Amino acid sequence: MTSTAQRLAVIRGTVPPKRHNARTIAALTGNPGCTRRAVLDGAGVDKPKLAERIGYPARFGQSRFAITRGNTFEAQVKADGGTELLRLVAQRLGVPVPQRADWTDLGGADDLPDRQERSRRALTATGPDAALFDHPLLGLDVAGQRVHLEPDLVAARLGGRFHVVEIKSFPVIDGQADPAKVAAAAIQSAVYVLALRELLAAEGQDPQLVSHDVVLVCPRDFANRPVASLLDVRRQLLVLRRQLDRMARLDVLLANVPPDFTADPGADPATLTAALRTVEAHYAPECLAACELAYFCRAEARDHTGALGRPVREALGGVEEVSEVLALATGERAAEPERAEAAALLRAAARLRADALAGNPA
Amino acid sequence: MSTLRALAKAQAVAAGVAQPVATVRHLHLAERPLVLVPLALAGEANAPLAALVGTAPDAARLLIVPQPRNRDQRFRFAAELAAVVLPYLAEFLTVSEAVPVDRGRDVRHRYADAPQLLVPNPAGVTFLRLFGRSTRFRRPDGEHPVHPDVPLLGRWLTFFAERAEHPGSSALVAMTDALTLHWATGQSSVEDQHLPALLGWIDPPVGSTGAQMAARAEDPTLCPPAGPATDPDFDNRVLAPAIAAYTGAEDDPAARAAAYVALERVLRGQLAPTWELMWRGVGLLRALPPGARVAGRWDGDKDAFTGHVEHLDAGGGPQPRRDGAVAAAARLHRWERALTSYAVQRAYDDPLVMAEHRLTGEAFVGDVTLADPTRVDDSGRRPVLRPRIQVVTTEPVPVPVGTTLFSPARPAQKAKVVFLTPAADGKTELVLELSGGMGRGLTAPPGTVPEVGERLCLTTLSDGFLPAGAFPAPEETPWTHGGPPASTADGDAAEDWS
Repeated sequence: MTSTAQRLAVIRGTVPPKRHNARTIAALTGNPGCTRRAVLDGAGVDKPKLAERIGYPARFGQSRFAITRGNTFEAQVKADGGTELLRLVAQRLGVPVPQRADWTDLGGADDLPDRQERSRRALTATGPDAALFDHPLLGLDVAGQRVHLEPDLVAARLGGRFHVVEIKSFPVIDGQADPAKVAAAAIQSAVYVLALRELLAAEGQDPQLVSHDVVLVCPRDFANRPVASLLDVRRQLLVLRRQLDRMARLDVLLANVPPDFTADPGADPATLTAALRTVEAHYAPECLAACELAYFCRAEARDHTGALGRPVREALGGVEEVSEVLALATGERAAEPERAEAAALLRAAARLRADALAGNPA
Repeated sequence: MSTLRALAKAQAVAAGVAQPVATVRHLHLAERPLVLVPLALAGEANAPLAALVGTAPDAARLLIVPQPRNRDQRFRFAAELAAVVLPYLAEFLTVSEAVPVDRGRDVRHRYADAPQLLVPNPAGVTFLRLFGRSTRFRRPDGEHPVHPDVPLLGRWLTFFAERAEHPGSSALVAMTDALTLHWATGQSSVEDQHLPALLGWIDPPVGSTGAQMAARAEDPTLCPPAGPATDPDFDNRVLAPAIAAYTGAEDDPAARAAAYVALERVLRGQLAPTWELMWRGVGLLRALPPGARVAGRWDGDKDAFTGHVEHLDAGGGPQPRRDGAVAAAARLHRWERALTSYAVQRAYDDPLVMAEHRLTGEAFVGDVTLADPTRVDDSGRRPVLRPRIQVVTTEPVPVPVGTTLFSPARPAQKAKVVFLTPAADGKTELVLELSGGMGRGLTAPPGTVPEVGERLCLTTLSDGFLPAGAFPAPEETPWTHGGPPASTADGDAAEDWS
């Protein structure tokens, strides 16, 4: 065990590391500047439990209606040995629709090493030109740990190339879908593309055999008929790779973390809160939708301009604390030289605001 | 985000209550708006679950869909909603007004007032847009017949959703947008999308701060979400068993009626708090005096309403799924013009909005120190009245000589910068030559030329006429843009339904 792994184990405490999945890995790319998040996620800390323990429970519930709908749609698309899915994918990629396809379900309750081996063998073996692989087990190195991904996805091999096929139950209406949901699907698919490429590369095959064009299958309009769209995930791959590289250098971040830092959900809440405060966070309102610890970080950042959103902070000349903004605006506090420009702007803004609110003619 | 607005947010954090960012109301508020609070079923493609709708706080009508996945029930909901919305729209078809056109040589008629829809948030607007899309192509005959009002409702909802994208329109307004246009809270714009939290900041009860109220508003058990998305916990613990009870009681009319009443009760419980908040929002907005140019923009909504009524009366078809190239370009052009004019008009109407432009150097305020109201320029073919004034300002004036400036006090008048000289104490002296807005003679009527001692706001922003662009007819769409569009015949009724 390396020293970094040991430290992470200490931080995590008595509980086993939380498994990553494509969604959590994708979420890592959300706020790359946040050390607190990098350390906690790197250590595999159970953040929902941690947040609850310190009194800031996360709200990431999922409606059972949404889950049911997702499962129904996926089952429908994968029905009949994937005949319909194959047709959709082939048509979208512009290749002739094969007569039949080889459907390999790599899922199952077997133990992990066996499944991994089966997936590796199936995906790297030469086989029929048209092949679909359901539930492949993939792996990725995250913060020095091997993370297993068990996607509900299908890898399609058509015309000699692999395409990641992601089935999502949000609708595409008149060719348009909810941009936030598409963005989330794109970054998740990028995780799979990366994992598939690593798998091929490890076997000495060309990683570029895995296309950066992901096939997204969604219900069309208001009905249940599936429609396939192509998503280019090259940008997401870059972001992901950069963030994973950063996590691989966790030891650098850990150097600034106090040696007794713990995030063990079993520990005393006061200890946990005090410990968390020693590791710097980088809260932004976007965290609320992505990180289980966001409510804690928000409360901590309450008097910071960053908590109001990055555009607000920028418009305030990058001044970090609300109290400082107001002190500079009223002229109570003299600005340091590097803040002189921001201070002048804030003073002018305060004067103009007061002027207009006092009802002076403009 | 302007620095002025950002500063207001910082002040809101310190004060514990939202701060005004407008001194007048920048949108039209109808006497009797139709308030609509929709809920959708999670996971489905815009499947309606329930709605509270009505034109007065004590006149809420609850519509529910007991089995939201059932196609027939969805369209029954649409028909019920149509039975509320269409009569409301019809109320505006009785009184017309004459509008002079062609420089007063002719008149045209339009409806004297127009309907206004209010929803809690932008997601509510999206819900109506998609609900309009899912209903406007339906047919009262054929394979899956619907009530004849359903496609009509769809076309109207589409009309309102399209107006909502038109800058400055008040035909369909999201309450959170309307409120954040006038107040800055001490939370981020993401959190401002939550109506209970936003109102908690704007109007906290005595003894509480905005931050406390916003924190309380985040607990879905105390404060249900303002829709259309429901609280997942509510879905799992309350709604799913209630729907299952209704579905399970298929063969027992008494049990079914009881289950229906139970569903109504839980859904009303989720909707009623938002309904109250909507009317509180209306009250807060109503307390602000309307801006001078709000009525002019509302005239645009009346024109659009009249135009759509005429389109329907003439047997026009439903709005297409997607605009053709020409229609899309024309629409974009309209929006750009409306956006520019809306920004300028708000600044003209409101010194607090103008202050944002003063901060960025697009406007300044100065005192008139000299005025020559009788100056006539006779260097041209015929003499013209060109008074000159001198203005002294302490604000920076980053414009070159020759720039044309405008003043909200006299919007028809242009002021050309003739001289610009820095004076003592960091002040700037400007000599301006005036033209326009002074009648046709060679003597300026009283009040049309600023007098010595008047405090004047001058800006580069112009609320002048913006000429409309020229676009080809759709059938003359150039090949670069895909050529003339194919027929837009649509057979959407055949869609499979879950």
